[in-house]
Amino acid sequence: MAIKVEMPKLSDTMEEGVLAKWNIQEGDTVSAGDVIADVETDKATMEMEVFDSGTILKLLVDEGDTIPLGGLVAVIGEPGEDISGLVSGGASGESSSSEAATEPETADSASESFDPIFGGIGSGNTTDSSDSSDSTQTTSTTDGRVKASPLAKKVASEKGLDLQTLQGSGPNGRVVIADVEKALAGGAPSQAATSSAAPAAQAGTTSTPEPQTSASTQAPAPVSRPSSGSEKVKVSQMRKVIARRLSESKFTNPHFYVSVDVDMANVVAARGQLNQVSPVKISFNDIILKAAALSLKKHPWVNGSWNETEMTIHHDVHIAFAVAVDEGLLTPVITHTDQKSLMEISAESKELAGLAREKKLQPQQMEGSTFTISNLGMFGIDEFTAIINPPNAAILAVGGIRDEAVVKEGAIVPGKRMKLTLSSDHRIVDGAKAAEYLNELKHMLENPLAMML
Amino acid sequence: MAELQFREALRQAIDEEMARDENVFIMGEEVSEYNGAYKVTEGLLETYGFKRVIDTPIAELGFAGIGVGAAMNGLRPIIEFMTFNFAVLAADQIINHASKVKYMLGGQVSVPIVFRGPNASAGQLGATHSVAYESMYAHFPGIKVIHPSEPGDAKGLLKSAIRDNDTVLFMESEQMYGLKGEVNEDPEHLIPIGKAAVKREGSDVTLVTHGKIYHTVVKAAAELAKEGIEAEIVDLRTVKPLDMDTVIASVKKTHRCVVVDEAHPFAGTAAEVGYLLQRDAFDDLDAPVVRVTLPDVSAPFSKPLFDAWFPSVKDVVDGAKQVYYKS
Amino acid sequence: MTKEAIFTPVGKAAEELATPKKSGKKGDSLYEKAVDLPEPTTAAPAKLGLKKGQLLEMFESMVLQRRFEERAMQMYQKGKFGGFLHLYIGQEAVSTGTTAALKDDDDIITAYRDHGWGLVRGVSARQGMAELFGKATGCSKGKGGSMHFANVEKHFWGGYGIVGGHIPLGGGLAFANKYKGLDRLTTCFMGDGAVDQGALHETMNMAQLWKLPIMFIVENNGYAMGTATRRHSTGELWERALGYGMKHRVVNGMDVLSVYEAMKEMATDVRKDSMPWFVEIRTYRYRGHSMSDPQKYRDKEEMEEFQSLDPIERLKTVLLDKKMATQKAIDAIYEKVEEEVMDAVEFADNSPFPEDSALYEDMYSEPNPVFHR
Repeated sequence: MAIKVEMPKLSDTMEEGVLAKWNIQEGDTVSAGDVIADVETDKATMEMEVFDSGTILKLLVDEGDTIPLGGLVAVIGEPGEDISGLVSGGASGESSSSEAATEPETADSASESFDPIFGGIGSGNTTDSSDSSDSTQTTSTTDGRVKASPLAKKVASEKGLDLQTLQGSGPNGRVVIADVEKALAGGAPSQAATSSAAPAAQAGTTSTPEPQTSASTQAPAPVSRPSSGSEKVKVSQMRKVIARRLSESKFTNPHFYVSVDVDMANVVAARGQLNQVSPVKISFNDIILKAAALSLKKHPWVNGSWNETEMTIHHDVHIAFAVAVDEGLLTPVITHTDQKSLMEISAESKELAGLAREKKLQPQQMEGSTFTISNLGMFGIDEFTAIINPPNAAILAVGGIRDEAVVKEGAIVPGKRMKLTLSSDHRIVDGAKAAEYLNELKHMLENPLAMML
Repeated sequence: MAELQFREALRQAIDEEMARDENVFIMGEEVSEYNGAYKVTEGLLETYGFKRVIDTPIAELGFAGIGVGAAMNGLRPIIEFMTFNFAVLAADQIINHASKVKYMLGGQVSVPIVFRGPNASAGQLGATHSVAYESMYAHFPGIKVIHPSEPGDAKGLLKSAIRDNDTVLFMESEQMYGLKGEVNEDPEHLIPIGKAAVKREGSDVTLVTHGKIYHTVVKAAAELAKEGIEAEIVDLRTVKPLDMDTVIASVKKTHRCVVVDEAHPFAGTAAEVGYLLQRDAFDDLDAPVVRVTLPDVSAPFSKPLFDAWFPSVKDVVDGAKQVYYKS
Repeated sequence: MTKEAIFTPVGKAAEELATPKKSGKKGDSLYEKAVDLPEPTTAAPAKLGLKKGQLLEMFESMVLQRRFEERAMQMYQKGKFGGFLHLYIGQEAVSTGTTAALKDDDDIITAYRDHGWGLVRGVSARQGMAELFGKATGCSKGKGGSMHFANVEKHFWGGYGIVGGHIPLGGGLAFANKYKGLDRLTTCFMGDGAVDQGALHETMNMAQLWKLPIMFIVENNGYAMGTATRRHSTGELWERALGYGMKHRVVNGMDVLSVYEAMKEMATDVRKDSMPWFVEIRTYRYRGHSMSDPQKYRDKEEMEEFQSLDPIERLKTVLLDKKMATQKAIDAIYEKVEEEVMDAVEFADNSPFPEDSALYEDMYSEPNPVFHR
């Protein structure tokens, strides 16, 4: 049984070490406790020893190489033993096998490198609301600020007394509780703050409880509205990915938009019938997914990608659909959407949406889409435009189904209508192509039986 | 009830607890044959013999540590320091061992020990015999710090300290040993550690204090009353755990607070009370909390300099007027 | 007056230091040898009253202490745990000979090089390794770590991290035993570095004055951290006893039988008239002071010389020579220990870390203590 020799931690603060000198060669026999190399750490040159006995089968790094903690540097075993499984990949540093050292790394690299669709999934990217320590409060301008003791502020606000109208008697003009009590006791509040020219009115010179009538001719005193401040929230990994990818898409893909109004009466009726027999509940979204997929088969440019030097037409249809989650949105993918039955689509979309909300989506469940659908109908939105999800060529924005009076054969009758808006990348999809696709989709939804063909 | 001197109250507490529990003993410089440097232990040798009333060499680190080891091994030592100014030599045993052994061994042992003796200044004794250490020790988890001002509190609290199962520092003052006061003579009368007492009621300003300087505060309150300011005095009695509930209840009534602390200002008990008040009673304060402390200067010897150094009745009165916006 | 650079290491002429001649030959070291070992005992095990079973137990215990620490070092280097790790390797004869000579309720307290002491006094390999890993199943619930192994029930009062700080505690343990009239002696172990601390001297004075049943035992391994004994302490360490009129002895700590013999005799003496001893056991640590010590202060040759006197090998030779064990039986002990240690590693790895609530436990004795906030 071959044994891995890994870069050891030779100081409290060491993170990597330079293999300064090998004291042994491949083929040498070593026993537990032998010093096989000198390693330069952040503090000193230390001896590296082995903890097991055997023959050095392989030295994987050269003198002078820098190796992270836990990085594989050599293999010990029986002569002739097959160690290809241990040393495959060759790159010594990366092939660390100490679970303790590598686990966090893998997690990191997964969320770091993965972002095919709005990426940055799940693990540990939740918005750190606890870290709002650097939140700043917007401060009022100095002219609006009244210096008052905490108690004076509290009592004044409880009694509805405007501190602006009081002259503070404390240090630096601080309004203290005595000033508030004096004002509340009926003494004319010392009119000070706003008209600096006027000296403070004599308190108690008049017993008239009414406000001075002359005051009504003056401009009303500006009311200081205390600011509720603002809050800074740390940008999560997911938000960073959304920000970067959608900005990139919107600013580099020449978007254009075409919309169509679809008569959904037949879909509504068909769905009612389907759900009487289907073991899983079919949603409008499932039907739209299926119809969009079938339409894409007929209009392959819409199912394409732009890559500067070449354009790709995907022969498979994998539709991503946007799922709103707490920190943003995720876009799980239903692969081969065109080949799946409504029941399959329904089951799969429910499962994927559930996983998305629980942050359990795996990266591969969000990869490889060729087209995306975003549906805000359930949020009461009639129509909207969406930003293309790269590297797709188009995205379909689906509004809600509206009850609308429609003119049918000269008569006004109740109708079910839905707005679809397609955002397309003009570099690959021209206006006419977009229109053709949308008309195909409209036709299919208005004649749902066509989907069965 | 009886009228006793501070030292007699302490002696009564030690005597009663030694009679009650065979494992209690007292150890320190001159506690036995000499009858105590300040006569706190007078007569105990006759009652309990050399086994339980033990003279030590002048080796604070050594005998403090022997006390900690004995406490770990089942005894309940009372270690007398001639003053806490000398206990600095034993700080490793108090801070690194007594307070930490239980935690670092995962609860396998306890250290039921009392370190006691006079603390802070006692007049013209110069820089090294005049330091107040209570807030320094209160900084460390695992240590309780008691610093009473009157004989009655001293007896009840020292008895609680001896019966406590962890490390307690009990601080006195050379200048209070002769002070008389009412003392409860019931051997089962205990005062709980960590409870402050309102010693004077008043509506206008709260004076928070503890230890010997309490008596300066009492005089200041009388001065203030002559000018129509009614001060409420909160005697903390225990520095740690700090009874902020009592302080806050008082400040919610008076809306103003002066902390009078016979210690240097930096990170002292006064600073701690001030912080906690702004955190927990912010909206009840009509003025910033003011502290009256020693200056950030070592104790001088010369009489006029000493008087300038030590907080006076006037300093306390001025502090109260400052928060009362009256000068 | 000879011209001598001030503060040069004691024991070699200053000029020699100014022009070090390092030929690499044995004995040509810049400094004198770390410790001079006294002659080991010539008494046969039987004469010391040691039976074959006891000797085998002592042998297994030494192997366990050695292997436990070698694996601990490996786990440290793998990053399984952090903090300090001071290894006892080389000194196992001291812990093993001592505990064999003492009664089970005699008290032991030591400094931070404490793994071996834990293993001979009630800390299992599992509890020890888990403590190193910081796990809730550790002997100190993961709150102490490497420096604070303890099993108070078994009268091992723990390892302590402040050099010399635990010596008064040892005095206190003995004080309490005497106060309570118990026939129990305290052995307070320390490294050679602690001999220079005031705490030792204050405690020795009171121990002699009050006739405490205690032995102050220096494990002189030649180095206080990275400074040779002869460079940090004047004269011979055992001479410290003279000023206090304290009984004293120098023991060969590389031979478990010598340690056993000396400890047995001194323990009997302490029990007889309750007077303390000051003991210098000379030994050698093979490893650095801690894990980040490049050990530039000593020669390879010196290390090799002491490794040739290895206490485990020495006892093995006795066992084989006296036909108390076959090579096969010895091999079986190594295998058993290896299994025990690997089981301990697995146990530690799989054990849970302490719950968050443990943070606030064990600070105070009362059930609901007040924590300042």
